[in-house]
Amino acid sequence: MSILIDKKTRLVVQGITGGEGSFHTQQMKEYGTNVVAGVTPGKGGTLVEGVLVYNTVAEAVKVQKANTSVIFVPPAFAADAILEAAFAGIKVIICITEGIPTNDMLKVYNALKGKDIVLVGPNCPGVISPGKAKVGIMPGFIHKKGTIGVVSRSGTLTYEAVKQLTDLKLGQSTGVGIGGDPIIGSRFIDIIKLFNEDPETEGIVMIGEIGGSAEEEAAEFIKKNVKKPVVGFIAGRTAPPGRRMGHAGAIISGGKGTADEKIKALTKAGIKVAESPALIGITMLKALEEKKLKINPKSISILKPPAKSEKTVKAKVKPAASVIKKKIKK
Amino acid sequence: MKIHEYQAKEILKQYNVPVQDGIAIKDISEFDNAIQQLQQRGINQFVVKSQIHAGGRGKGKIYNPGNRDELILEGGVKFTTSVDKAKEYARKMLGNLLVTHQTGTEGKIVRTLFITEGLDYKKEFYLGILLDRAVSKNVIMASTEGGVEIEKVAAETPEKIIKEWIDPVVGLQPFQARKLAFSLGLDGEAFKNFIKFIPQLYKAYVETDASLLEINPLVITNDNKIVALDAKVNIDDNALYRHKDFEGMRDFNEEDPLEIEASKYNLNYIKLEGNVGCMVNGAGLAMATMDIIKLAGGEPANFLDVGGGANKTTVANGFKIILSDHNVKAILINIFGGIVRCDRVAQGVIDAASQIRINVPVVVRLEGTNAQEAGILLQNSGLNFVVAGSLKDAAEKVTSVLKK
Repeated sequence: MSILIDKKTRLVVQGITGGEGSFHTQQMKEYGTNVVAGVTPGKGGTLVEGVLVYNTVAEAVKVQKANTSVIFVPPAFAADAILEAAFAGIKVIICITEGIPTNDMLKVYNALKGKDIVLVGPNCPGVISPGKAKVGIMPGFIHKKGTIGVVSRSGTLTYEAVKQLTDLKLGQSTGVGIGGDPIIGSRFIDIIKLFNEDPETEGIVMIGEIGGSAEEEAAEFIKKNVKKPVVGFIAGRTAPPGRRMGHAGAIISGGKGTADEKIKALTKAGIKVAESPALIGITMLKALEEKKLKINPKSISILKPPAKSEKTVKAKVKPAASVIKKKIKK
Repeated sequence: MKIHEYQAKEILKQYNVPVQDGIAIKDISEFDNAIQQLQQRGINQFVVKSQIHAGGRGKGKIYNPGNRDELILEGGVKFTTSVDKAKEYARKMLGNLLVTHQTGTEGKIVRTLFITEGLDYKKEFYLGILLDRAVSKNVIMASTEGGVEIEKVAAETPEKIIKEWIDPVVGLQPFQARKLAFSLGLDGEAFKNFIKFIPQLYKAYVETDASLLEINPLVITNDNKIVALDAKVNIDDNALYRHKDFEGMRDFNEEDPLEIEASKYNLNYIKLEGNVGCMVNGAGLAMATMDIIKLAGGEPANFLDVGGGANKTTVANGFKIILSDHNVKAILINIFGGIVRCDRVAQGVIDAASQIRINVPVVVRLEGTNAQEAGILLQNSGLNFVVAGSLKDAAEKVTSVLKK
């Protein structure tokens, strides 16, 4: 199993005729995602990357039985696009768009609250269930089918973590980028609940950053409910207070939302916090090993081979660097 | 976007929020005219207020920017009943350096003054409206502890802060304004005025797409009027496209010149105090890269997110901006190519480096799509790069170049 998306996903791409929309439609199809329709108001009847475009999401749902939507609509129209998908009966809405006004998201969030709809994002890379479906903009090839659930507020930092896991032969059940905005549809806690209930997910990686208190809330939940090993990382230890670090949500204000506070909360909840972003993968590997040891003390060597593979990765890289240095000395 | 107090009050006036009346001046030659206008409005006591994008102005100190040891005036906000005294204060503030607990030791040059009426009041409150991210709703916060640092109140006596969350579906309700008024212990005329004040203020907050609206202090005057004595408004950057009228309110003097330069190239740059410059794609990875620089024994000199489209031009501009900071002793480039191809980024780095004179070591780490091809390109370039593989390797290489 996986969460949110899989082989049953029937995807509609909102904003399919735009540059981003058409490019990523092609990329998602190439990965094997079942893209059944596109939507751009006024462009109904045209074809983009072999996908039929409709004027409304309602039509795409009616004719093509779309059950999941991905949104590439420009920020000024994105809130409307989310609501259109929701009212058309779409149950999983993934919004990639960056730069939606907070006031717009405030309305959307509260309109969807309590309904049986999952919104991921906005301002996120999307969701991927390796080997099954990719709904978003992440590079598919760094992923590997497996048992680790990854949830993160960031894009490229998630790729970094996924690459580390894959290099250690730790595949992923699903990777979810929840987005870096102050108001997002799904928070850490929502996704971690799903990973906790997913029998295929054996471990969870949670990548947070400064600002807000979503990591602390998730830590409380994990402490009470999650028995699977959880590894955490918080970006922004060196960020100064009062400055927005790229993401609208990544700001330390009034002494709240600091990395140290979050790391403390995570550690207290039994989450293994990686000190460095370079150690996210290896920390997960160790956490799984520890868990296996607890269940069966004789199973020590099970996870050894992947550790070796990390060395081979490094070895490949080192000669290149030393060659350059030699060249320079000459 | 941050705006000045006088600009915030201009906006609030349009929403019928009672504010302390005043006139902004940028040069001492405008002073006499401003005072005359205020006098014509029946005002005979004045407050001279420095306009900078930082709080704590009243308790701040004015220094000579040419000689930082020379204290010119105690306080960046001054009350007086004398016109001559007001002019003297204005002279001492304009063009000089105001240092407050929020500006840091470097302070900020006072370029604008707000000459306002001096009000007699009997009580000060705190009032703030902002987004409560924990519940994704706006919250109105009020406190009887006005005129002081609200962060201090929140930390020491959190029970003194009253909160009222607004449901965006139905908006602010009258009972909520009454609740706030009762909690602040208001009655009579002041109560009536307050419950009229709150909906107007909330309307201003929502319709201007503010991300913060803070009135500290909000006062009850001797004749029971509710007046915003100060006003701090931040506007949601993502919503600026629907407020063209606010464009002129951006004060470039309040921003770091390097950051303005970077924003011209669509680069997200924030200058910091350290010695290792970095160039990264993605905000989260950029923060993580800063963290790894610190773990490697350096201090990040900046935050720089080149965004999704890292190419020759963005990399070249990134280099220029990083190198104009003379504290930079080494540069770490960390790009995770997803959709972006690493070999293209590598070519961009090579082209930029051969055009610009770079006299500090550059550690390059390109990972993801076509990373191997990128490594070969960098190797064969004949330029002085230190190529790193994993993130861990990059950190170690930063440490080693710093030791040299």
